[in-house]
Amino acid sequence: MAETWNPKIVGFLCNWCCYAGADMAGTSRMKYPPNIRIIRVMCSSRINAEMVIKAFQMGADAVFIGGCHPGDCHYVDGNYRTQKRIAVLRRLLEHLGIDPRRLRLEWVSAAEGEKFAQTMDEFAKEVAELGPSPLAALQREVL
Amino acid sequence: MKIGVYVCHCGVNISNTVDVQKVISEVSALPTVAVCRDYQYMCSDPGQEMIAKDIRELGLDRVVVAACSPRMHEPTFRGAVEAAGMNPYCFEMANIREQCSWVHEDKEQATRKAADLVKSSVARAALLEPLNSTEVPVTHAALVIGGGIAGIQTALDIANSGYPVYLVEKDPSIGGHMAQFDKTFPTLDCAACILTPKMVDVARHPNIELLTYSEVESIEGSVGNFHVRIRKKPRYVNVSLCTGCGSCATACRLVGRIPSEFDMGLGKRGAIYVPFPQAVPLRYTIDPEKCLMLKHGKCGTSPKCVDACDRDAIDFSMTEEILEVDVGAIVVATGYKEFDPTIKREYKYGTFKNVMTGLELERIFAPSGPTGGKALINGKVPKKIVFVSCVGSRDKRIGNPYCSRVCCMYIAKQAHLLKEKIPDADITVMYTDMRAFGKGYEEFYERVQKEGIKYRRGNAAEVYEEDGVLHVRAEDTLMGEPYELEADLVVLGTGLEPSDAADAIGHMLHLSRSADKFFLEAHPKLRPVDTVIDGVFLAGAAQGPKDIPDTVAQASGAASHVVNLLSKDVILAEPIVAEVNTDVCAGCRICEILCPYDAHAFDEERNVMTINKAICKGCGSCAAACPSGAIAMNHFRDSQIVAQILEVI
Ligand SMILES: Cc1cc2nc3c(=O)[nH]c(=O)nc-3n(C[C@H](O)[C@H](O)[C@H](O)COP(=O)(O)OP(=O)(O)OC[C@H]3O[C@@H](n4cnc5c(N)ncnc54)[C@H](O)[C@@H]3O)c2cc1C
Ligand code: FES
Repeated sequence: MAETWNPKIVGFLCNWCCYAGADMAGTSRMKYPPNIRIIRVMCSSRINAEMVIKAFQMGADAVFIGGCHPGDCHYVDGNYRTQKRIAVLRRLLEHLGIDPRRLRLEWVSAAEGEKFAQTMDEFAKEVAELGPSPLAALQREVL
Repeated sequence: MKIGVYVCHCGVNISNTVDVQKVISEVSALPTVAVCRDYQYMCSDPGQEMIAKDIRELGLDRVVVAACSPRMHEPTFRGAVEAAGMNPYCFEMANIREQCSWVHEDKEQATRKAADLVKSSVARAALLEPLNSTEVPVTHAALVIGGGIAGIQTALDIANSGYPVYLVEKDPSIGGHMAQFDKTFPTLDCAACILTPKMVDVARHPNIELLTYSEVESIEGSVGNFHVRIRKKPRYVNVSLCTGCGSCATACRLVGRIPSEFDMGLGKRGAIYVPFPQAVPLRYTIDPEKCLMLKHGKCGTSPKCVDACDRDAIDFSMTEEILEVDVGAIVVATGYKEFDPTIKREYKYGTFKNVMTGLELERIFAPSGPTGGKALINGKVPKKIVFVSCVGSRDKRIGNPYCSRVCCMYIAKQAHLLKEKIPDADITVMYTDMRAFGKGYEEFYERVQKEGIKYRRGNAAEVYEEDGVLHVRAEDTLMGEPYELEADLVVLGTGLEPSDAADAIGHMLHLSRSADKFFLEAHPKLRPVDTVIDGVFLAGAAQGPKDIPDTVAQASGAASHVVNLLSKDVILAEPIVAEVNTDVCAGCRICEILCPYDAHAFDEERNVMTINKAICKGCGSCAAACPSGAIAMNHFRDSQIVAQILEVI
């Protein structure tokens, strides 16, 4: 198993900016590693701690949250709330024994296909270096 | 539960990277999947018919299409399933093109990912609930922001279709940049002759309320029903009394002492002014930054403009007014600003007076401009003229990699006009690449060359002065040799950037920008006048650099989309809103402070929260925060999201 380990990243992307940025990476045919599985939500502020922890519990090695740049959230200030929630969540993850670097928050605009692809590249590498998430390993044992 | 799954090849766009058959065999095995098929182009007529037939014959409960981005074709397929009798919100899309086949190369891994994404969509689809859109009435009026040729054309087209239009222009007159030109390429039409009649039409149109010297303060609401606050800046001149005679301007103590913005600082005005003689409305405005009376409360013994005005139109006590209007649609036509070449230090703009920009030279040609239309640069007739192209365009170092699209042609126009006025002038254009793409442009470029204008490929490296004479150093990239030219006029072919005043509008409406920082259209090819915000449209250079013909075409396009919307009495509002389960709500009121729209109202009697569907926009922030899980975010319920998480891991 070990030699075929590929980091699993769950991505929550807001419809208006980051999801559109990911689409832009696609239309511009930019390449990035296929680790991420994207789930679309209307605003990054739709995501709460339970969903992120659920992802880790089920065996994700990392979670990516993508929203609009500050000031650009389609719903005025949802992304500020996301930012606050993520800060708290990072501490919580640490308590759970999950390296907070496994949770990444990034602002990507609809035009920033290149930034999205680059971020995916970087994040996949970073997570690969961190190795499998301890919870994911546990999950595999249980199964 | 019977789910139909349809995997699109998108020609070879998907199937080249994703093994469609493998995805199908994996997905078909899912217990909820009743049928799983593939097709070359799911969005085509036969593709849609395939789905419709299955809905009718197999009695499908849910449909999943795995194809391009839902941002592209979700509306298409929602329409298709609805026509076949299914609730459109029972439809779900898996994005295996933009977010899979187009971005990955390894076929096996891409196929794995595609299968995961489709399975996650199937899991979500099984939990989707039918939703019913509510009808909302449409306000039959439009707001157009920006009164350049784009805004003017849009406003006239909408008004001519019978709908009221509020046209908001921040400057004292409409007209935009086109009003600054004498002639326009490639036909050399007199700009004023084609523009000013339209400006007058705007002012006279019974359906247009022209709000010049005004700015949009805030915009609330959504498609069909926007509430707009407009700030009318004080002109300190009562426009219903002012006749535009100009006696005040001649009398002003500061006449001829303040650089005129319209003349790019080359001409001078007084503290009370009209930007140009054909201004619409032809009403005077006092510059509060300059007027002695407004700044110091004193202007000699008495303000001369007041003495000169026999209509008593001047009113120093005027204050700004806030106007509130309701509209169903908005067109953003905020145009562009000229690139500021001081950043390109090598051209010494601002250091040498005879290095000027394209727009400055436009004013030199204008009969109403600072030189009365005579080709005089700082009082002298230039004989050696050098044009430098692509200043601020196609330049990655300054962050403007795009082509500004009009500079090649305005340089050709200006070179022609100079040659006409100064037949013995020696004119050289240093160009990067020649872009004469429009109708009649190549022909015009040829004509200009025949008139004796020299074109040399390769851009200017530096402008410097020696013994009082300007020199332009360049490299001829065709000959592969450096050379230098003396010049008594250097014209910088300055490019276009989005207007600064567009920023605030962009934030108010949450408009996205493309990489060039101009406003982003909903689709680069098929929806060039729409934005992703329903009811908000783009016209003219606000969306990207363009010439007048393209601007006018887009403006009419935007107007037709507005009219299309306004011709409806009601539109359907998205039912993707949050709902409170009052049995579970503990009345903690945490959600209330989170809502950016005040959609939440607390029911004191029952000690529960309620959400006004008409106000909620569906961000889901409240649902994410509710400690008792009492808020359900329709179409993005916790259970639906969690189901997706389980499938992708
Ligand atoms: C030197 C030069 C020469 C050119 N010559 C030609 C030519 O010969 N032929 C040709 O086809 N094209 C020419 N062009 C291009 C031409 O200028 C544009 O195609 C045209 O002006 C675009 O019109 P617009 O209405 O989109 O923008 P603009 O002309 O920029 O008008 C935008 C208007 O919106 C207003 N505005 C901006 N923000 C706000 C706000 N927040 N609220 C209210 N109002 C706002 C501005 O004050 C302005 O009046 C030339 C361009 C340059 C730089
Ligand atoms: S809509 Fe993108 S973060 Fe809120």
